[in-house]
Amino acid sequence: MAIEVRNIVKKFGAFAALDHVDLKVDDGELLALLGPSGSGKTTLLRIIAGLDWPDAGEVSIDGEDALARGASERQVGFVFQHYALFRHMTVFENVAFGLRVQPRAIRKDEASIRARVKELLDLVQLDWLANRYPSQLSGGQRQRIALARALAIEPRILLLDEPFGALDAKVRKELRQWLRTLHSEIHVTSIFVTHDQEEALEVANRVVVMDKGRIEQIGTPGDVYDNPATAFVHGFIGESIVLPVDVSGGSVRLGGRPLNIAANGAASGASKLFVRRHDMQIGPAGTGALEGAVRHVRSFGPIQRAEVTLNGGEGNTVIEIDAPRDRELQAGEIVGLQPRRYRIFAAQD
Amino acid sequence: MSTETGLVTSPTQLRAYAPAADLNVSSPASRKEVARPRPVTSPDNLRTEPGPIRFVIIALAVTFLSVFVVLPLVVVFAQAFSKGITAYLATLAEPEALSAIRLTLLVAVVSVTLNLVFGVIAAWAIAKFDFTGKTFLITLIDLPFSVSPVISGLVFVLLFGAQGFFGPWLQSHDIHVLFAVPGIALATVFVTFPFVARSLIPLMQEQGTQEEEAAISLGASGLQTFFRVTLPNIKWGLLYGVLLCNARAMGEFGAVSVVSGHIRGETNTMPLLVEILYNEYQFVSSFAIASLLAMLALITLVVKTVLERRLDEGQPPSGD
Repeated sequence: MAIEVRNIVKKFGAFAALDHVDLKVDDGELLALLGPSGSGKTTLLRIIAGLDWPDAGEVSIDGEDALARGASERQVGFVFQHYALFRHMTVFENVAFGLRVQPRAIRKDEASIRARVKELLDLVQLDWLANRYPSQLSGGQRQRIALARALAIEPRILLLDEPFGALDAKVRKELRQWLRTLHSEIHVTSIFVTHDQEEALEVANRVVVMDKGRIEQIGTPGDVYDNPATAFVHGFIGESIVLPVDVSGGSVRLGGRPLNIAANGAASGASKLFVRRHDMQIGPAGTGALEGAVRHVRSFGPIQRAEVTLNGGEGNTVIEIDAPRDRELQAGEIVGLQPRRYRIFAAQD
Repeated sequence: MSTETGLVTSPTQLRAYAPAADLNVSSPASRKEVARPRPVTSPDNLRTEPGPIRFVIIALAVTFLSVFVVLPLVVVFAQAFSKGITAYLATLAEPEALSAIRLTLLVAVVSVTLNLVFGVIAAWAIAKFDFTGKTFLITLIDLPFSVSPVISGLVFVLLFGAQGFFGPWLQSHDIHVLFAVPGIALATVFVTFPFVARSLIPLMQEQGTQEEEAAISLGASGLQTFFRVTLPNIKWGLLYGVLLCNARAMGEFGAVSVVSGHIRGETNTMPLLVEILYNEYQFVSSFAIASLLAMLALITLVVKTVLERRLDEGQPPSGD
């Protein structure tokens, strides 16, 4: 089911959690809401679910006005960060809950409920835990049960609030893949909230980057990584080198010294130069737009990370560069640096 | 009078400091919890003191307990049975005693029922919602604990007495509140109100609202959410509050004494009867009734221990 959010405003006292947010989610999408804490992503999710109400704006699910219905009538599957499993019920009863509370007229008989729960437990591969209590499960198992419980009501959309946030790194990785696979099987329109960019980029079809109650960029994982629309997105996603520069009439200056790079149409004034760590090419001294002294080199995996003190930067500007392992680097060596790809954004404030 | 007021003023943790069944003057068992506050953690591994010091401390505690708790309890039962078991049973079968037992049970049922409903509602409101005046409401719930029960009783005299606020109106409609069962019930409800609410608030606050939100998003109605999710989650805490509420309702002396009027066979509860009989030198009868209250205290204590264990586990036992 498609979801459309129009001009949503939500304030908590003077704090604007959501500041005129518009969002369209297509049928069958797996969308990530990505942002730092306090960016409003969870609030947006809760408003779509009906667990919070906006001060202004509209929400429609499959063309219907969702705000006209309460959370219990929206048929939205919601998965909580801390699982929120019913602690006094077995796993089986947790999953069956949504089926048991249906109005008598449409409630399934006991045999069908049992069959459906069994089917869902099979789907999340935990049928052998049916008679356990939530306290007897691991975090990853709890979250899969929470998902099975949400799916029991055949939700029109599935909303996941930091679904893997409370799990350790290894389980998180496994569950990510598992969620992707599951989504490609059941194909229900899903939105998940995360502050973990890797999670968003790895799992979602599209990523919505949020900050301070606003949407900064919506795009495919490739888009938001390669073509960040704003300084915030560039800084938030992936590791970036950020240098304060001045743009005037097409030339870019760092600490008063002109840099041999094009302004790419950036407006004049105080700006910030963003370069991905791996997009800074290291060459011999005297080549490249920047120059610096290697301070320290650490090697791991396919890369080596060099700390370089820039010449001509304000004070001792130290940047970290990811270089391929085949380029020999020595501490103390003077190197030339040339950004292969970069972006210039106007500096805020 | 009741010694627990100082103990339960802690705003968050009634459980850790809750008084045992407070059975007032007649039952020295009520002093038990005062002498021996329940340790919050079990300090099995804390062997910091040398052996002799440990021995002295333990001996002191045991001696103190024996003198102030066990001894009075033994005295109550010894006095009650001093003329033999036949005399004991005969004195309990007297109409006055039966009437007092009946009245005490009636008042306990009424006040526990009312406080169960109001306590759950109050705790629900405080734990699950934010609203202006919340702090005030929490303070208000504690009021019966911080006011002397005699004053609580007097308030009802001032309200419903012949010279009281509603007195003339009540008289003209021939409704008897004071010196009658309704007055006793009202005073008891007032005095015992905090128990249920107080034992639920920390529990409900700790549990938060996520399970309720999950239930609602799964399509449950408000009532379904309450009976299927909220209530099962608080049931041990609720039972705990009800238990303490009941013990206090049956044992309440001060407030009830002020509003009861001491009409024999009509408005005397068990604690009141104990005092009257004692003052009339009917020691066997007096201590027989007292022994019933003491037994209630012992039962309450056992059940309370079981419930506390349940509460600490916070989970149903595994494998059932």
